[in-house]
Formats: sequence, C-alpha cells, structure tokens
Amino acid sequence: MKTAVIVFPASNCDRDAATALEQATGTAPHMVWHGEAEVPDVDFIVLPGGFSYGDYLRSGAMAARSPIMADVIRKAEAGVPLLGVCNGFQVLTEAQLLPGALMRNAGLDFVCGMQTLQVVNDDTKFTGGLKGKSYVDFPVAHHDGNYEADEETLDRLEGEGRVVFRYVANPNGSARNIAGIVNDKGNVLGMMPHPERVISPVLGGTDGAAFFKGIIEALN
Amino acid sequence: MTEHTAITPEIVKEHGLSPDEYELIKTRMGREPNLLELGIFSVMWSEHCSYKSSRRHLSKLPTKADWVICGPGENAGVIDAGDEHAIIFKMESHNHPSFIEPYQGAATGVGGIMRDVFTMGARPIANMNALRFGAADHAKTRHLVSGVVAGIGGYGNCMGVPTIGGETNFDPGYNGNILVNAMCVGLAEKDKIFYSAARGAGNPVVYVGSKTGRDGIHGATMASAEFDDASEEKRPTVQVGDPFTEKLLLEACLELMAEDAIIAIQDMGAAGLTSSSVEMAAKGGGGFDMDLDKVPQREEGMSAYEMMLSESQERMLMVLKPEAEDKARKIFEKWGLDFAVIGVTTDSGHLRISHKGEVQADIPVPPLADDAPNYDRPHQAGPKAEPLADPQVTIREALVTLTAKKPVDEMAAIADALVDDKISAMSGVEAAGWTVIDNTAMLYVRLKPDASAEEVSELKTAAANLAETGMVDSAETDVSENKVSLANQPGGDSMLTALASMMAGPDLCSRRWIWTQYDHTVMGDTVIAPGGDAGVVRVHGTNKAIAITTDVTPRYCKADPFEGGKQAVAETYRNLSAVGAEPKAITNCLNFGNPEKPEIMAQFVGCIEGMAEACEALSYPVISGNVSLYNETNGIAIPPTPAIGGVGIIDHVQHTARMDTALAGNALIALGVTRGWLGQSLYMRDLFGSSEGAPPPVDLKAERMAGEFVRKIIRETPVTAVHDVADGGILVAAAEMALGAGEGLALTTPVKDRKAAYWFGEDQGRYLVSIAPEEADNLVLKASMAGIQATRLGIFGGEDIILDGEDTLSLIDLADLHENTLPELMAAPHTEENTMPMAADDITKLIKEALPDADVEIEDLAGDGDHYKARIASSAFEGKSRVAQHQLVYKALKGKMGGELHALALETVAK
Repeated sequence: MKTAVIVFPASNCDRDAATALEQATGTAPHMVWHGEAEVPDVDFIVLPGGFSYGDYLRSGAMAARSPIMADVIRKAEAGVPLLGVCNGFQVLTEAQLLPGALMRNAGLDFVCGMQTLQVVNDDTKFTGGLKGKSYVDFPVAHHDGNYEADEETLDRLEGEGRVVFRYVANPNGSARNIAGIVNDKGNVLGMMPHPERVISPVLGGTDGAAFFKGIIEALN
Repeated sequence: MTEHTAITPEIVKEHGLSPDEYELIKTRMGREPNLLELGIFSVMWSEHCSYKSSRRHLSKLPTKADWVICGPGENAGVIDAGDEHAIIFKMESHNHPSFIEPYQGAATGVGGIMRDVFTMGARPIANMNALRFGAADHAKTRHLVSGVVAGIGGYGNCMGVPTIGGETNFDPGYNGNILVNAMCVGLAEKDKIFYSAARGAGNPVVYVGSKTGRDGIHGATMASAEFDDASEEKRPTVQVGDPFTEKLLLEACLELMAEDAIIAIQDMGAAGLTSSSVEMAAKGGGGFDMDLDKVPQREEGMSAYEMMLSESQERMLMVLKPEAEDKARKIFEKWGLDFAVIGVTTDSGHLRISHKGEVQADIPVPPLADDAPNYDRPHQAGPKAEPLADPQVTIREALVTLTAKKPVDEMAAIADALVDDKISAMSGVEAAGWTVIDNTAMLYVRLKPDASAEEVSELKTAAANLAETGMVDSAETDVSENKVSLANQPGGDSMLTALASMMAGPDLCSRRWIWTQYDHTVMGDTVIAPGGDAGVVRVHGTNKAIAITTDVTPRYCKADPFEGGKQAVAETYRNLSAVGAEPKAITNCLNFGNPEKPEIMAQFVGCIEGMAEACEALSYPVISGNVSLYNETNGIAIPPTPAIGGVGIIDHVQHTARMDTALAGNALIALGVTRGWLGQSLYMRDLFGSSEGAPPPVDLKAERMAGEFVRKIIRETPVTAVHDVADGGILVAAAEMALGAGEGLALTTPVKDRKAAYWFGEDQGRYLVSIAPEEADNLVLKASMAGIQATRLGIFGGEDIILDGEDTLSLIDLADLHENTLPELMAAPHTEENTMPMAADDITKLIKEALPDADVEIEDLAGDGDHYKARIASSAFEGKSRVAQHQLVYKALKGKMGGELHALALETVAK
C-alpha cells in the first residue's frame, strides 16, 4: 500500500496525516513537496490541513494553483482516492474537484474542539471503517469551515448521497450542517474535521484510527 | 535627524538614557558617540535588554541541577528529558505592544517566543500563555481580550503548534496595563542544541527570514518606559506579525540544523539586528563587520539607524561555517526566504557597521553587552499584612407581614406587586422575596448593611400604606440584625449559592470561550487540552509526555511579595504533580511597575527571594526568563505579577492523571491540611469585596511531600481523577471535578465550626482525588503512612451537588452559569431574542434534524405550550457524560429555539 501526503508551504498537519497513514498501513507515506511536478504512483493521496501560503488570498486558493496540483487533479480524475482535510478540503473546492466553498465561520472566530458528527453515508470508499456507527467524534480546528453552495448543489449533494458527514451541533454555520462531501465519482472526499488527530485512546479517541483503517482496507 | 546630528541632552533623554549613563558611554567609547551609536547603546542598555535594575537580584535564583543542560542567558533554557531528548523552553512578555494593538502585540509575542525556542534547535511542541486584563466590566476589556486571544490564536494556529493551556485573570489593577506573557516549549535532540556564541573570525554573518522594514523601531525602549494617556500614539512601534513566513523560517532552520553548517544562531527579537549581532559577538569574544546595504529591505531609503533598531519580525542572524554557505542558501531558497551574507566575524572586538560605503558605527562590543549599568535600586517594603481574623458581617433583614381576608392568589398578587414595583427598587434593599400562607403574606427583605434609617422607614411606609388604603387589614414590619461570622457561613447565603456565584464570576468562570480559539490538538500528541491542571503533550513517537503550566496569584504577591513569590512556584509544582508529572524546571516572566520606586522594587526583590526559596526547596530551578518593568500607566503600577511557567515530565503517558474523569460511585478524598485560611481568598474578595489579610503561607516541605505522594499514587494506585486545590478552595475544586466528570457529588462537611472557611479557604499544598469506594480506605492509610492528612469528603454520582444532605445545586445549572459568563461578556451587544412559544412537534423536528437516530418524547410540563421536557435516546450520547449530552443537545438547538431553550428540560440516554 503506497500513500502520499502533499506538503504546501505552511501545511501544518502533514506530519499528523503521515502518522495516521503509517499507523494504518505500516509504511510511511511519500511526502511530496508542492513544487514538484508529479506525485509518485500511489494508491491514496492526502491533502493535509494547515495554512497553505498563509491562507493570505482565500484559504486554499494559492495551493490549488501550485505546481503539484496539476498532477493531483489528473490522478483524481483517473480515480485515485484523494482525501482533503481542513485546509485540504479548502484546496479541493478551490481546485474545483469538489463543489461549493468554505467561507469564514459564522461566529467569525477560529473554532477548535471535539465535534460529534453524524455519519450520513457509510457506503463510500472512505467510510467502510465507520460502518454501523451512526456518529463519530472528530476534532475541528479552523477559521474558514462554513460550507456554502447554492441550493441546487446542496439538494444534489444530499440527493446523491454525497454528504458524508454532518455536524450535530454546527460550529461554523455550514449549510445543512455539512462537514464533509464526496465528488460525483466518489473518490474525492473533503472534510473540515480532523480524523488524523484521534487515532489513540491517549489522544481522546480512536474514531480516526477506524476511519483510516477502513480506507486502507477498502483499497486492499 | 541623521547619523551626523550632534548629540544634545534632549536626544539622550529621548533615547531613555540618563545623563550619567551618557557620560559612561562617552568614557567607554573614548569619544562622543554619533546618533547611530547612541541608538545602539540605548537599546542594549535599555531595561529590557540589559536587566540593569534586576540583574543583581536575578542572580539569587537557583539555576542549576543535574538535568539542566543550559540555564538563563541563551535564547531559552534547556533541560534533559531522558533518552536522546532535550526540552527547550522560555516565557516572554509582550505587554506594552498588546495594550496598544492587541492582535499584533499578542501575535508577535507568540512569534517571538517560538523563535527563541527553535533558534536553539527545537521544534516547538506546545504553547501556553498567562494573560491579565483589567476588570471584566471595564470599557476596554472586551476589545483587549478579543484582540489578544485572536492574535495568539492567529499566530500559533498558523504555525501548527498547539496552545495547550494558560491562565487568564481579570483585575482592575491591569485596567491601564494588560499583561500578555507567552510561553513556548520545544523538543530537540540533546546533542543538537544551537547556541549564540559566534566563535572564530572570518566566518560569514548571514541574515535570513523576512525583509527589514521600519516597524517596531525602539520597541525595546518602549518596553522600558511607563505609559500615559498618549501611549496609543506609539502604535507605529508595534510590529506586525507574519506567521506564514515564520512557519517557513522554522522549517528552513530545522532543515539547515540537520546539516553541519551553523556555528551560532540568534533570533532577531527585541532590538533586532543590534542585539542579535552584539550578543553573538560578545559571547564569541570577537567582533562583527556588517554592511547594511546587503540587508534585505522592505522599504526604500532606510537609514542605518532605522535598520539597526527595526524590530521587523521573523528574522534570524546566523554565523555559518564558510563551506556550508551554498548548502544553506539552497535550503532558504527552497522555502522562499531571503538569505543574505551581510558581514563577517572578526577578531577586532568591535561592532563595525557600514552603510553606503561608509563606516557609520564602530563600537567596542564588551561595553555594549556587559558594561550596562547594574543598579542597586533602593527597595523599601511596606508593612506586612497580618493574618486575617475571622471576619463578620451584619445581616439586616426586614420581615413584612401582610394579613387580609383574601384568597391566596389575591394575596400573592399584592405581595408580588409590592416587591416588584416598590421594594426591589429601594436603594437600601439588596434582595426580596415572598410567600403566602392562608391569609398571610410574608415578605423577606434583605437590607444592605449600610441602609440608612430613612431607607428602612421608606420600606415600613410602603407596607403601612397598603393597610391605610384598605388593600390589606394589617401590615407589620420587623427589622432584625444578626452578626454572622463569614468563616461559618457566606453571609446570608447557603454554601452552594455562594459556590455558584463564585463559579459564575470572572475569576473562576470557564475559559472555554478563549481556548476554543486556539488550535489545541494540532501535531496529534495532545493528551490534556486546556482546562486541566496542566497541559500535557506526548513526545512524538514515544511513550513519554511533557506537562506544562503557567501560574501566579498576584493578590498574594501584593499582600506579601515573599510568600506570593513562593506560592507562585509552589502552585506550578502542584499543577504538574496533579497530572502525574515530575516537576523539572521553571521559566518566568516577572511583570512589575517602575523599579525606580522603592515600594515597587521591594515587591520585585521580595517575589524573587520567595521564588528562590521555593525553587531551592523543591529542586525546581529557573532555566530561563524575562523581566518586564515599568508596567504602569499614569503612575499606577500593576499588581506584582511574577508569572511562572513550569515544565515536568511523565515517564509513561498512561500514568497521566486528569481532573475530569471521576466516576459515579467514586469517593472524593482531600489530601493535605485545611486550616481554613481566608486572608486574600477569592471567597472574601468576590463575595464580600475584602482583599485584606496575609496570603496563605506555603510550607515547602509539606508541599514537596504532598507532590511526591500524589505522583506516587497516580503511578501506583487506581485513582480515577486528581485536581489541585487553588483559587476558591476545596469546594470550587470539587465542583470543577464534578462538572468535568458530568457527575453530581454528595458532600459532607468534615468540621463542626468554620465550615465556610473549610470549604473556601485557600490553604496551600492540597489536592483532591477520586477513587473507587473499595479502594478508599487503602488510600487514606497510604496517605497517613506518608504523613499526609486524608479526609473523605463525599461520593460522586447523581445530577446534583448536595452538601450535608440539605443544600442542593443542580449540576446542569452550575454548568450553564459557569460556561455562559465569558461568552456573554464577550458577545457584541445583541437585540432581544425571539421568545415565541413553540409547538412540541417543532421541537421534535429540530432534535431529529441534529440527531436523526434519536427517539424523542416531548412532555408539556405546565400544559401551557411553553415549558417542555424532552426525553431523547440517541447513540450520539454513547460515552458522554450527562452534562456533555445535554450540552450537545442545547448547542445543536441554539439559535433555533431562541429564548425558549431555557424552558426545555432534558432527559438523555444513550441507545
């Protein structure tokens, strides 16, 4: 099982993602610098959280146009599973691999804390490890996590089972409490909460370990 | 002004130098300095850089132990953390800038302290802070709190370093001068620590990071002066932070540090290029030749003076091995950062600065770095406060009895109208309530202790008027006075009412509003997030953990600087022990007023001497620190605030104790002796406005014994939760454990007299622990064998805190009071909420939207369509305490039910 984590300038959850992937696969992922032209041939790519390029234009906007993204988009279109967490989700919407946009939190403040999420669709490439769980606890930590899209898009996402996670107690004003969505082919998942931070009981939870294990098992 | 401006006494004064200091500079130079040279001297000899008022006293602090790798004097201190690991940490103040521009001031404070730590080769793994604001209701407080908190979050979150705790206090003593102290802890390899001594001549002096601009010029001098009302004009001297660049700088530095390239490295913090070059040259025993034309510049036309004194952020100065220059340049280019060779090390012992082809300054280094004045400022301590005798209050009550042959509801309406319309509005009245039995209405009126005879007769008249007008048959008013010892009971209130009021107050209310704005889980190693006795992070990839805390009790320090200094150190020792960590060393941020005033200097000296005694007794040395003096506005000094940052090590992360994990059925046991010390207690201050008496003394031997015992039982016994006892005493600590666990608590007062003093006294050296009931005897026995008094206080479980079987407080209500204070204080003024009643079906629908698997039953409690009870079963509640379950539902419904939420009683169950 080969995996890769893309590292943008000021990605800051890249190591956390690598730890979670290594725990799930037994092998350290490739850490791929944003300036490179190609992602190695891998089975699973993660866009990690952080503040790529300082989030100075719009969150994720500059990262979505960095050199490595052309190949990431190519591989995603070819069906390679791609997970974007937090800033990674923002990059995915800016790269138009996922619809909608992540706006400033409705409360205007950065928000960090454990969130109970409803697993809306446990029948995706990404959620096999959560089968039978109606809810999981993942932490959030973001300033721009307020998911917005036009009503038609939201209806379509819901109708096609593409809303994967919903907040029980919406922390950021997201439309229809959306915390994570997949693309129409089902191989690209973007989510604001951080499963890579709950992979051990000593860190306050193991739902994230189950999540990553499920992804890797589905790929095997 | 130009470099060639003649130096006048006015210019010397503007640079914060005294005439004597200027004479000394001339002697050391052997001539008159030019303006640039004067500027360089002024920052190096500022209080901030030279510690000229504090040096001789700081030397009293113990700084050595077998595990100390590097004590004070470098960018940060270093301790051995076992195996190949070293822990590097420091705390620093950014008080003045944060008052002027709270967001940038706090942000750059965090940025600066992180640079201090990674300069030495460590990856920062945790941030903490110690914040002090003015009174919660002061006009500026909301603005300052929101700016500082957002600034700390804005910088630390972007850096990807978790902020795992800290402390925030409100006190009118900080109205004109807030304190923002930031602490950073980093992890390094023991044999890869980088220092600032630039040994050897002919090596390249390299500038990396951001470009230099005109921001922050003379920041160090500003930090060494008092404030007045015009201080806001100093806004241009506050630096602007760029955490993105600092994150790149961190990664680039760590990448370079993995190579064998660096001889010396120093961050450009206060006094920027000046202090970094002078300190590196001084420690290396050599000199620097620097060409300022090569300095990367953000603005055009900057003078040498501006460049040398700029405090632009995110910059580092390094001396490299000559052969490593190309390799280093490539790394910084990869990270998109400036890299410029701006000079060379020499053996001249001089700092020579050229600009535009001319030598503009030529100063011998040793006087700059080491010959700064070392003042022995006079210090005159005020009289020491005596221990507080048990205070008494006079409770004045009026009982108004109204009789009439009228039905109960009419009597109730008359009583209610009298209380609401008349009595509550009277100036001499504190509170009033009523009850009706048969034909008699009784009104209980609490009078203010100082209510005048006129105010009392006003009450009597209001009652008598009812009889005169025939509304009632008779109206009698009896006024009584009782003296109550506050050591026995909280005035006229019950113990738990007093508790609720304290826990809702600004001193003890939940800080959740603050720490939810800090990323506290990034890096994926956070074991205890903010809200515990200490923050705990695991050492990545190992089974070891680091515990960190910040603490000080300024009201103790003000009443008795020596005891207060001792207590601040002891309290951090206790915080660390309470999570199971072996306390190793401290850093500090010594925030005081103007040291030129003998009474302020006495506070400083007293606190240091107290700290020194505690550090010595607890084998807990000081390895780094910072002094912030002149914290005064318009001549009013802040309370003495020696903030202590303590660090400890947990060998096995499984042996970490938490305060929020007590289980239903567990026994609650107090460890340590309770004398009921009320002097300087929050109980006396918050409830009765008294800040009298001596603070609680710290018995350092007992403190150490209790700490060692607690750490041992965390390792060796099945204790389920541990909490140290601090502000507010045992009852507050017990309530915090109950809230954290989401379990009620039935308590029994173990003393017959001075019950309030028992529950609220702030004696030191105490802990609370919870343990399964069958293990409790064993624990009590172990404690007595260790010479520590253990007292059973009660049993966890149920929905309420119950004291002695009679006084009851609902845990959910307490949680609401405790959690709502800060959000309400910080909320923008809001318009009235929608209070339309809601149908039961709508409530069910809202709950099902948030929790689709929920089984919901709604009961209309009063049959009025306005007061409901909801029974909810959902798998989302699994593994959560009852309080957490209720809070999840309330948060899910918030904003949708408007003002109705308070009328929804919940019963939740996991399914």
